[in-house]
Amino acid sequence: MHQHHPLAIETSGLVKCFGTNRAVDGIDLQVRQGSIYGLLGPNGAGKTTTVRLLATLLRPDAGKAIVLGRDVVREPDEIRRQISLTGQFASIDEDLTGYENLVLLARLLGFSRSQSKARAGELLDAFDLEDASRRQAKTYSGGMRRRLDIAASIISTPDLLFLDEPTTGLDPRSRGQVWELIRMLVAGGTTVLLTTQYLEEADQLADRIAVIDRGSVIAEGTSTELKASIGSGVLHVRLSDPAQRDAARQLLAERLGALVHLEGDPRALAAQVSDPDRVAAALVALSASGIAVSDFSLGQPSLDEVFFALTGHAAASADQSPESAL
Amino acid sequence: MNMTSNPRRSDVDQTLRKTLAARHAPTSPGAVANALTFGWRALLKIKHMPEQLFDVIVTPIMFTVMFTYLFGGALAGSTDAYLQFLLPGILVQTVTFTSIYTGFTLNGDISKGVFDRFRSMPIWKPAPIVGAMVGDTVRYTVSSLIVVAVGFIMGFRAETGASGIVLSILLLDLFAFGIGWIFTTLALTVRTPSTVMTLSWLVLMPLTFASNIFVDPATMPGWLQAIVGVNPVALLVTAVRGIMSGTVTAGEIGFALLAPALVTAICAPVAMYLYGRER
Ligand SMILES: Nc1ncnc2c1ncn2[C@@H]1O[C@H](COP(=O)(O)OP(=O)(O)O)[C@@H](O)[C@H]1O
Ligand SMILES: [Mg+2]
Repeated sequence: MHQHHPLAIETSGLVKCFGTNRAVDGIDLQVRQGSIYGLLGPNGAGKTTTVRLLATLLRPDAGKAIVLGRDVVREPDEIRRQISLTGQFASIDEDLTGYENLVLLARLLGFSRSQSKARAGELLDAFDLEDASRRQAKTYSGGMRRRLDIAASIISTPDLLFLDEPTTGLDPRSRGQVWELIRMLVAGGTTVLLTTQYLEEADQLADRIAVIDRGSVIAEGTSTELKASIGSGVLHVRLSDPAQRDAARQLLAERLGALVHLEGDPRALAAQVSDPDRVAAALVALSASGIAVSDFSLGQPSLDEVFFALTGHAAASADQSPESAL
Repeated sequence: MNMTSNPRRSDVDQTLRKTLAARHAPTSPGAVANALTFGWRALLKIKHMPEQLFDVIVTPIMFTVMFTYLFGGALAGSTDAYLQFLLPGILVQTVTFTSIYTGFTLNGDISKGVFDRFRSMPIWKPAPIVGAMVGDTVRYTVSSLIVVAVGFIMGFRAETGASGIVLSILLLDLFAFGIGWIFTTLALTVRTPSTVMTLSWLVLMPLTFASNIFVDPATMPGWLQAIVGVNPVALLVTAVRGIMSGTVTAGEIGFALLAPALVTAICAPVAMYLYGRER
């Protein structure tokens, strides 16, 4: 029955407090086996705490969490046998080489000496790290560290893998590599719970997304559902003449059928767009009525904009993520 | 993705698929194997950062040379006679000081992300701690051997020969492993490695100086002699001197091991509790 449980993770009313700070404040999640689930939220939202609760590193103060059919409080040892955790801050040993890191963990899991060496070699090969395998991990680039970190998590392929902000701080190329790895893992049958600050990442990878704010889920659904509620993108327009901003705002609101807000820059406006087809028409209408546009862009909403759309306030302490608007 | 632009990528993808598909699930190797693996980790750290051993090596050499030549004549009539008396004591001082490093390194180590991984793995929970302490016995052994070598060059000879030295080092390792639990407990209690260091010195300084390492307590005032009589460091020195000169009794060895046994009985469970506590 443990094997064929349709849900890899099921929580209800999960709470974790640090002093008076309710870091996780009543989270309900349902993660299907074999899927990628994304927890999206700004810094301090409670993503890491949620992951640590589910990975049996913390005990919940209230609520219930069933991971792979087992209770996190009553059966942590059984859960640990089937999960792996890649923490937000590299969970590898920086003083050891990549090779030593993997051999060490393989030995801990019960691989024989020769099996451990073989498995370490195999993984370093597959993760494109063989050239660096004899160097201390502290000399690795961010992308290499992350790959080693993920390799370390799948020495014995887990049924459920937690990835806490796997691509924060990575360049776009390394980010793409990590995404590809995650997809392949899931194709092999592993369930992945990942946290991220990037809507784009959740959109690219996750089958379902929960948006987290101050320890609570404020929206949940597939990326399509989420976009339907927040708009599929954001149109940014800069005018040549700031005096025309009010006129432009009115016109855009009419043509796009959406709320248009004024940005800090006195010449700039932004609007949530639900139907990209209407954007071209709206821009044409602007120039037809003599409002000169110096530049415009249509992009995925950033986390800030998601938050604005969902809550009406800006994310409490969101990191600015330049790539998220790409 | 970008990965497809690399011509070697499709090979790598093949390997990757195969690697990911492998679902080995070995059985848990058990507590002892887990601890020994962590012992190996401690050795790897020494291999990559041999400068860690620097203090451990330089301080005892300095003490041996300095005390022998500065005070030897005055304290024992000749430097040779004093070295014969001093060396077992220096050995004890060396491993005792070295055991502080157990706490020092653990404190820095445990706050790193990799400990989150260890905690989420299906391994014997105390293994990272016990393993680190087992690994440190290698450090004790290395520093003891260096002191013996320096002593040998200066003219020290154990009457019981090599077997006396091996036995002494064994006893020293046991002692240091036992009292290492104090520093491990400290490491799990305070915030920074330097606090561990300071507190540990506070404990060890009086223990090593109010002892029979440097001088025969016969010349000390009565109250101090009483303290030396129950000082665990002094009891160990007596036993090691006995082993090296062939006069040791079972009682002396028993007294030497009393403190480490007590410390283990009290501090080990406390350390385990502190380590198991969530942070
Ligand atoms: N060990 C801890 N002790 C005290 N407060 C903590 C601890 N871990 C996290 N917090 C607090 O809990 C809240 C959620 O943090 P976290 O789960 O790390 O958020 P996220 O991963 O989404 O950035 C924050 O306010 C953070 O300061
Ligand atoms: Mg976090």
